[in-house]
Order: sequence, then C-alpha cells, then structure tokens
Amino acid sequence: MKTYEQINNRIESGKAVVLTADEIIDYVEKKGLATAAKEVDVVTTATFGPMCSSGCVLNFGHSKPKIRMSEAWVQDVLVYTGLAAVDVYLGATQLRHSDPANMDHPGEFRYGGGHVMEDLVAGKTLQLFGLSYGTDCYPLREIRTYFTIGDLNQAIMLNPRNCYQNYNVAINDSQRSIYTYMGTLEPDRKNASYCSAGQLSPLLNDPYYETIGVGTRVWMAGAHGHVYAEGTQHAGGGARTPDGIPKGGAGTLALTADMKQMRQEFVRGMSFRGYGVSLALGIGIPIPILNKDILKRTCVSDREILAPVVDYSTDYPQNTGKVLCHVNYEQLRSGEIEVEGRKVAVGSLSSYYKALEIAHLLADEIRRGDFRLVEPIAYLPKETTMKPLVIREKPL
Amino acid sequence: MSQTVTKKLMLFFPRCECEKPIIYHLVKDHNLIVNVYRAKVTPDEEGYLVLDVTGTEEDIQQGMTFVKTFNVSVNYTGKGVTLDEEHCTHCGHCITHCPTEALHITNRATREVAFNEAKCIECLACIRVCPFGACSSAF
Repeated sequence: MKTYEQINNRIESGKAVVLTADEIIDYVEKKGLATAAKEVDVVTTATFGPMCSSGCVLNFGHSKPKIRMSEAWVQDVLVYTGLAAVDVYLGATQLRHSDPANMDHPGEFRYGGGHVMEDLVAGKTLQLFGLSYGTDCYPLREIRTYFTIGDLNQAIMLNPRNCYQNYNVAINDSQRSIYTYMGTLEPDRKNASYCSAGQLSPLLNDPYYETIGVGTRVWMAGAHGHVYAEGTQHAGGGARTPDGIPKGGAGTLALTADMKQMRQEFVRGMSFRGYGVSLALGIGIPIPILNKDILKRTCVSDREILAPVVDYSTDYPQNTGKVLCHVNYEQLRSGEIEVEGRKVAVGSLSSYYKALEIAHLLADEIRRGDFRLVEPIAYLPKETTMKPLVIREKPL
Repeated sequence: MSQTVTKKLMLFFPRCECEKPIIYHLVKDHNLIVNVYRAKVTPDEEGYLVLDVTGTEEDIQQGMTFVKTFNVSVNYTGKGVTLDEEHCTHCGHCITHCPTEALHITNRATREVAFNEAKCIECLACIRVCPFGACSSAF
C-alpha cells in the first residue's frame, strides 16, 4: 500500500519508478504482482485520437472603444458568444462559414474548429470578426482584427467529453459506401474502423475509476490540465467482462488545460470526407500504484479488451443497439478481424504510435519530477447508464 | 542481352504544345513496356504523367533522352503521391484503403506507418480518407 503523498515524495526525490501501460505487462509477468506493486510508483497511460466533444474558451481583452460581441467568427468559424463581452467558446466540430458541407456529397470539410485550435496552438495569426448590436457600455458594433494565442488573456481548452473508455468498431452492412465519423466504410463489410489505444488507454487501465476522478492531473497535448467533471455520456454501468473491462463505450472524462502550454503535434484538426471536422488530441494520464489491485488492472492487455462491432449503415444511425459481435484489440491490431465467419480488413483512427510517444513523454516528466500526481477530489460514478433522447408529443 | 529493369517515373510537361504521341514512341522506338498509372496532359496547361517503364537501362536512358527533347522533365524519385511525415499521426486509417500495401505498418510494436512509393499505383484513395491531410498529390 502506498499513498499519493509517498508517491509524490518519491517523484520529488527523483526516485520514482515509472513504467508505461505497455511496459508494465511484461514487468509484472517477470517480477510478480506483489514485488512489482512495491517497486512501481506510477504507470502512464495515453491516447491520441479524434475527440469531437472538445473546444476552448478564449478571452480577447477589450478593444477601444469596447464591444460586447453578439456574434463572432475566428478564421470564419463561428464561435459561441453567449458569455461575457469578449469571451467566446470555440467548438471542435464547428464548420467554417460557407463550407459547402455535403451539398456535393461526399464533401471535403477542409477546415473547422479543430483546425482553428491547431492553428492557435501553432502560434499562427488568426482573424477575429465580431458583430454587436451596441450598448451604452459597449458601443462598438463591428470588429475585425488579427491575433495570435500570445495576444489572448486566456486560451483554455474545455472539453466536455474525452477519453472514451472503449469504443465501437464500425462496419458497413449496406451496398454503398458510407461516410462516417469513423471514416469511409466500404460496402458489404469490406473494411472496418476502430478507435482506441486499447491497452494504453487511460480508463481501460483504471476500469473502476479508482484513481482517475475529478481533480486528477492529466497531460493534455503537453500542458498540465485536469479532469473537471465526469465526461458527458459517462456510463460506467454497462456490460463488462469478468475482469471488469467495459465491453462498450462506458466511462468518459471532461478535461481542461491551458492551450498556451500545448504542443501543436498533439492538437490536430481533422477532416472526415462526407462527415465533417473534428479535433485529434493527445492525452496522457498517470495511474498511481497505490496497491496491487490497481497494479493488476494496469496490466490489461489488448487480448483481454473486447470492442463491439456495429453496423454504421443501419444499426448505429437508427439507434437499434445491435452489436454484430465482439473482437479484441489484439485482433484489431493485426489488421484483420473475423465478423460472422468472414475476414474484414480493419484500420484505426486512434494513433497507437502517438499514444505510446505520449506515455513515454509523461513517464519522463514524472521521472524528472516535473509532473506530480493529484488525488481526486471526487470519484466518477460506476453505476450510471446512458439515457436516450425520447421524441415526445407536446404535453397537453 | 542486358537485363531489363522497371522504373517508376514522373514526367512533368511545362506549358507546351506537345502533341506528339510520346508513349507510342517509347514503346515503338525504344522497346519499352509502359504502364501508365495516372496522367493529366492537356494542351496549354502544365501536365504530369506517372508511369512504370520496363526495359534495359540503355533503352530507358535513350527513351528519356527522347522525352527530354520535348522540354519534358523526368523525375526519377519524386512521385505523384507523397506522404507528409509532419502531418502523419500514424493512426493507420489509410491502410485498409490502400490496395497495394504501399502504405503499411513498418513497426508492429510502435504501429509506425510508412509509405513505399514504389508500390503506389496512384489510386489516390489515401488522399480522400486521411483525416489529417497527410497524403497529397502533385497534380
């Protein structure tokens, strides 16, 4: 048994033993659980992939004369202005003004909120255009100016849902190509697409949310942020394997961090042909090895994690809940899965390569004493399930 | 007889009035086997042609000398499709869409993605599916 304080003391003295979530598997096999639990202080987990429910709060400071923006665009991407005068919220999936979207199907969706966030972190000069109805205290009615992230008072990423614990494998059961947020899916189950870091993924290494909770310090694209709430659609109460690994989406995290500390290579705009725009984000989360049960759960391997294969031509859009079968991440990473007796080529949207890089970067920061662990101030619910949206008649 | 080799080439046609049947002459006069992957050669516009040529080193060299007489430049390395290492996140989404395994996992442990230009048939599927815009075409 170790405490957060003991682990942080070891980090401070430069003596912490830190391994990544893939290294720990062999380490525990070699040393045994009891010995490893005494030796190892922290296991680092990570993920890099599309996280649509992301965005950022920007504060521009006040112009002379002042404006209370009632509508605004950054790089022609609409931002939300229903906040104080010069605060806006930029969402990752907001499409640039005048983008033809799917008018000429499948559309290209070249630029949107995710790309603005990438350009902002990259230090590029961006355009702000804002309108206002004008008031006595905020008389300016129109503004067009250019800024970089350095000019902003705050650029704070504020993501309602990141780090899905597990995720669907998308397949297309129809006879035409379909264009989804899981990429282009060829007809007749010709290919499949998955999206998780599997054995490296944060919440798959802490399936019961014993260490990752509200307040947990996380590595977000190089910045030190934290979990500020359970993520939207967090549903820890779904089906699990006997070892406790969720067999579907399950837990999620709401994360925040200062974008001024972020690195562009981990904040990347995405364009999905025929679907839309998004943001790929790199996140690392350390798991303190408080006891051997927590350590045991970080030893989860791709073979033990099951993902549901779902048809995105009918079952997903019609919300039928049907799962064709489950496959494990070892099979997924082989590039080929078997679905109802037929082999299907499978590709990933989540980058294991980047996740591995992040797990190592975070491990190095902890070893250097630059990243300390924080005990959650509240824990994520384990039993909740996800409610559907019921389309009702207007009540009398 | 000398050994035959296959080379993948990209020909660049600057704005010219090249209306000669170049490919015909490569086959007929220079004994080359030609496999055109992709071409865009339009009068009064810049043009590109990506192809494999198979023949002896000598015949290929003479064929290219002939091609250059039309002010056409021959690129022995640069291809019509490129993977931008800076933009690639190695997610591997392109791999199931690449019909020839030109895009492939080069390291099973790290899942690093690499592009083997020699295998690329320029179908451009990767350009359509890469969410990061890491694949691009010269034309």
